[in-house]
Amino acid sequence: MNLCLLFPILIPMTTGIVALFFWNHLRIQRIISILGGAGLFGSGIYLLLCLLDGGIPTVQIGGWPAPFGITLAADPLSVVMVLLTGTVGLAVSVQSLTGIDSRREAFGYYPLLHIMLMGVCGAFLTGDIFNLFVWFEVMLFASFVLLELGGERAQLEGTVKYLALNLVASSLFLSAVGLLYSAAGTLNMAHLAQRIPEIDHQIFPQAMAMLFIVAFGLKAAIFPFFFWLPASYHTPPGPVAAIFAGLLTKVGVYSLIRVFTLFFPGSSDMLLFLAGLTLVSGCLIALVQTHVRRVFSFLLVGHIGYMIMGLGLFTPLALAGAIFYLIHDIVDITALFLISGLIQKIAGTESIDRIRGLYRSHPFLALLFLVPALSLSGIPPFSGFWGKLILIRAGLEAKAYVLVGAGLVAAFLTLWVLSALWSDLFWRPEKPDEAAKADQLPQEERGWKGFGAEVALYGPVAGLALITLLLGIFAEPVYGLCRMAAGHLLDPSAYIGAVLGGNP
Amino acid sequence: MTFLLAVATGALYAGGFYLMMRRSLFKMIMGVVLMGHAANLLIFTLGGLVRGLPPYIAEGQKHLGEHFADPLPQALILTAIVIGFGVNAFGVVLIRRVHESVKTGDLDEMIETDSPEELLK
Repeated sequence: MNLCLLFPILIPMTTGIVALFFWNHLRIQRIISILGGAGLFGSGIYLLLCLLDGGIPTVQIGGWPAPFGITLAADPLSVVMVLLTGTVGLAVSVQSLTGIDSRREAFGYYPLLHIMLMGVCGAFLTGDIFNLFVWFEVMLFASFVLLELGGERAQLEGTVKYLALNLVASSLFLSAVGLLYSAAGTLNMAHLAQRIPEIDHQIFPQAMAMLFIVAFGLKAAIFPFFFWLPASYHTPPGPVAAIFAGLLTKVGVYSLIRVFTLFFPGSSDMLLFLAGLTLVSGCLIALVQTHVRRVFSFLLVGHIGYMIMGLGLFTPLALAGAIFYLIHDIVDITALFLISGLIQKIAGTESIDRIRGLYRSHPFLALLFLVPALSLSGIPPFSGFWGKLILIRAGLEAKAYVLVGAGLVAAFLTLWVLSALWSDLFWRPEKPDEAAKADQLPQEERGWKGFGAEVALYGPVAGLALITLLLGIFAEPVYGLCRMAAGHLLDPSAYIGAVLGGNP
Repeated sequence: MTFLLAVATGALYAGGFYLMMRRSLFKMIMGVVLMGHAANLLIFTLGGLVRGLPPYIAEGQKHLGEHFADPLPQALILTAIVIGFGVNAFGVVLIRRVHESVKTGDLDEMIETDSPEELLK
């Protein structure tokens, strides 16, 4: 029994439930939320130590041996994802202290946040495909309410779009699971990996692969399915958008990686095609947006393409690059969306045309913006540079020159978009009448002021910016971990052995 | 029977997609509901339809017989129905609130989140 596997699920669950008991005591809820975030981060580190210590930890829930019961298993990819969930969860729960208004807090923001984190961790740790569906629904359910919480008109509209698309994705996923079960007779992912090559008609798994691409592609927002994301992610407050952008789309990417390495291994032209189009289209559309967070949303879509590219190439280097990029992207995108929330709070709007000369009043914010922005564009020494370098090199080795071109164009467009955005927001001279008006900006509605509130607002962003810098400077050990994860994905025999044990 | 259920599943999927393509908010939710039913019926049919056979190992035997009723698809559907019920209930409440706030049930008029701010004024 490996307890280290259960903590990432139990800690957010307990946090959510205990916070519910203090419905009318916001102060206690906030403390519980911070403790829960820190606990989740700690459990991620503990899980990593478990993995490095004694191989892939597994738990058979209820003591039913695999493949009959539900298995939890943490291969290096899962462990990395849980650790990142902890990091992002902690950052977001700290910023929520001042980033979320008390009206939203009073309607159960903290319990929802932690229940969603539980769903995300469950999805990363489960070894059962139907259980993955259930965790998806846990996560989605909390996210629907989080997105809608506050009830502003734009939020409600955004939620309708988000709900409809996610429910279509869920029912396609469920259909694919049903088809897979009827063909292979099992739901355990490791067992499926053994059984699928033995299916008589190999056209059948291919059809299911397409269903999985659509189902997870909708959630990960890859090329033809991304339109719902920029229509909904800019409506909720900054911290909510940050955790959605940082984590929820990556759950889709993780599931794609898991399914396409275990069930349908091999280089996939379909994925490469979609990756190239995602890269170029996302970053191109970002060029013409006039709303800060919509710019980030389209960049987020574009950069999903890099991970799909690594998965599609399916070489050890490319998969390691995809995982490195996944780590970089979660940290970086979360930081950018948290910053967009800060800008919204400071300027009262996110319309680029109406924000000018923030540098004069908030030089530290300008610096904080610059770090994840440069990292996302792939400027050394930040982490984005190494992620792109590995993937481009893998692409060149696989002679996928068009795709490499798309990757480079996307990186260039990102740099263009973000530098234009930075100079618009921070450096553009203020109009004289606006400079006077800037002194009378609407005061923040939250009562908590002073140094502590500033730390809660800027601290998480600064922390994430520091992580992206450290990931770049100490890229070697991180790359080693990614290489190990890629090795496990390419040769899943260790994973299968750990899950099934002596019961093949 | 399998043929009949297959046709029913196809009809539910087609109906669900058709309703979702309509412009009405209410029809969209109905489409989602139908699609959920389609997926459940698909799993039910795929599990194999057998009649009068037990889902357990016969007395004195070590393994299942050649024909048996598989209880797992039904367990899956039960889970999916419960989840679907919750999601649909949320969806219905959501469209009510949206209708109160946006004052229209026409999806084509819900463009606030897709348009630049200038166009809306």
